[in-house]
Amino acid sequence: MREQILKYFKQDKLPHVFCPGCGNGEVMHAMAQAIDELGWDPTQILIVGGIGCSSRIATYTIFDSLHTLHGRPVAFAVGAKLANPNLKVIIVSGDGDASSIGGNHLIHAARRNMDLTLFIVNNYTYGMTGGQYSPTTPLGSFTTTSPCGHVEEPFSITDLLVGAGAPFVARTGTLYFNELVKLMKLALAKNGFAAIDIFTQCPTNYGRNNRLGKPIDLIKTQASILVPKEKYDLLEPGDRVGKFARGVIQDVEKPTFLDHYRACILSTRKAVHHE
Amino acid sequence: MAIESYLWQGSHAVAQGALKAGVNYFAGYPITPSTEVAEFMAYALPSRDGIFIQMEDEIASIASLIGASLAGAKAITATSGPGFSLMQEGLGYAIMAEVPLVIVDVMRGGPSTGLPTKPTQADVMQAKWGTHGDHPIIALCPASVKESYYLMVKAVNLSERFRTPVIFLTDETIAHMRERVQIDVDEKLYIEPRIEPKDPRNYKTFQPDERLVPHQAKFGTGFRTVVTALYHDESGFQNTSAEVAERFNKRLVDKVEKYIDEFYETEEYNLENSELVFVSYGASHRTVLQVLNDSKNPKWGFLRLVTIWPFHDKLVKEKLKKAKVIVVPELNMGQMVKEIQRLFGDTKKIVSVNRWDGELITPDQLRKVAEQA
Amino acid sequence: MKKFKVELFRKMCKSCQLCMFICPKEVFGVNERGQVVVLNDEPCIGCLQCYNICPDFALEVTKNGD
Repeated sequence: MREQILKYFKQDKLPHVFCPGCGNGEVMHAMAQAIDELGWDPTQILIVGGIGCSSRIATYTIFDSLHTLHGRPVAFAVGAKLANPNLKVIIVSGDGDASSIGGNHLIHAARRNMDLTLFIVNNYTYGMTGGQYSPTTPLGSFTTTSPCGHVEEPFSITDLLVGAGAPFVARTGTLYFNELVKLMKLALAKNGFAAIDIFTQCPTNYGRNNRLGKPIDLIKTQASILVPKEKYDLLEPGDRVGKFARGVIQDVEKPTFLDHYRACILSTRKAVHHE
Repeated sequence: MAIESYLWQGSHAVAQGALKAGVNYFAGYPITPSTEVAEFMAYALPSRDGIFIQMEDEIASIASLIGASLAGAKAITATSGPGFSLMQEGLGYAIMAEVPLVIVDVMRGGPSTGLPTKPTQADVMQAKWGTHGDHPIIALCPASVKESYYLMVKAVNLSERFRTPVIFLTDETIAHMRERVQIDVDEKLYIEPRIEPKDPRNYKTFQPDERLVPHQAKFGTGFRTVVTALYHDESGFQNTSAEVAERFNKRLVDKVEKYIDEFYETEEYNLENSELVFVSYGASHRTVLQVLNDSKNPKWGFLRLVTIWPFHDKLVKEKLKKAKVIVVPELNMGQMVKEIQRLFGDTKKIVSVNRWDGELITPDQLRKVAEQA
Repeated sequence: MKKFKVELFRKMCKSCQLCMFICPKEVFGVNERGQVVVLNDEPCIGCLQCYNICPDFALEVTKNGD
């Protein structure tokens, strides 16, 4: 079991650099298991990361890896996918990388329905740079740039993506490994833009700053924050504060960017060589 | 097949040149005065099985260019000053990760929003130093519509040869003007092939060949390509040790600058007999041509820089050795002239003729300065 | 009779204690050096919660006899 999973990583580079208790390793494990269960050819997979702890997951894998600029993995991935549509493109990005500096690319890739799979590793902080606040940091939390308690409301990334037109949107947390694998398989197999908002733990920075520095304490908060979607939908708006729906949020079928583009190629008249 | 006569706009010549060179991916964002390049590519690429996409901004454009190039496409974009400023981080990435691509910068009035519809040549230094860090860059500058076509093919070729981004530095005048161009669109031109590695077993993404260029396998071919812009060793895996950083940065610069003689291009006229030489490029060269045409002074000549960067100290010094006066007309406050001043110091009289108001230097203006020099 | 074997790979383990706290059967403990160890895998029921939550590929849970 473990041997089979480890085949997807550069074993000479393990153990990885992530902190003790960090959820990144579990995301790596779940992703490898999902790909293994899908039986995909690893040579056709491209994994793209931005900048941040979770974005470093990309170069630990044995797939073609593209470690890009902060906030931009989705834009790089769009180019790679369009240049070679046979590639299975997986993006691993953090909450800040994906929804702050990368927010614009996220919205448009979802709107265009680019056939990409995006795992947003959401630890509600900028972990790598020491624990500053991000667009998913809960109101009132303590971070190095909100020492008096955060004064901003966080995004629900899934709401953002549903609004932008993404056909597959899901959310879960590292407390729910089996659900994570199940959702990853669905997202990977989806033809179109598929994203999972994965709540995870940063015990070293977010955890310690909020007196949840023990990994188990931080990961256990997911049990009260993440509510199964069916239950969440029945909650009164007042009871939804600080809570997020867990599971498949949306799963619809719609043509992808390339579906539309290819139809355009077929219908367009031959371009004239010169004016 | 046959030489035909066309009335082309500079921007369209750029696009035609790109297509001739095999470009099959364009991602860009509309910005005056470069939009015509994008519009032509939007028109021409789909039927050639290429990809045209208008990304959400210039940052996304250059990012997608890099992804596409690494996945095997030949990719270009077109922009102007403000967009070029946004692309600087991406440009640095492409340099560091050794990714072939071409950025067409149609220079307009700056700084910032500046003069969107008027020409300057004020991005010259930005093309060299806009992105942070010690890095090499190749920048080419056409002075006519016909040259825009052939030079664009060369730009794409150089980006493949050196696995580095190339800046195609044109300006609003050359890009928007229309000239009669007589060419054979079907003629065979040299197209630099992208060297693909053969053996996955000993493959390392950043293993340089004897010319210091790594041959990266495109994604999806089973080679396990690893690309990052953190310092990395030959395998592509990040490595920020002092030894690797020192060695790697040096190779990156040497890769281009040690081979400058392979691609450096100038055009010259009457340097053998000239006491006064105009050193010019792009739109301001047109003024030089008019002045020489009108005055017919046998002691005047020009050295036109087609390659803007890298600057070839040795060759320029050699070509200008007979000149007593060097006149450098530029549509900026004096950028390329600084390279000439650096080269010659007080040993020659160097006269800078500048205009930065969005208008061309007139032949009268230039001739008067040359006569008084 | 021991049903499952729990192996901890020392070189990979960072002693984050996630396995220890998630385990319903007190299989794990901490030694005098603060490292997480398998105290006793006799009561292990093979729920795989430890294996699933471990971020470091440091655990393997197999059926006894495999």
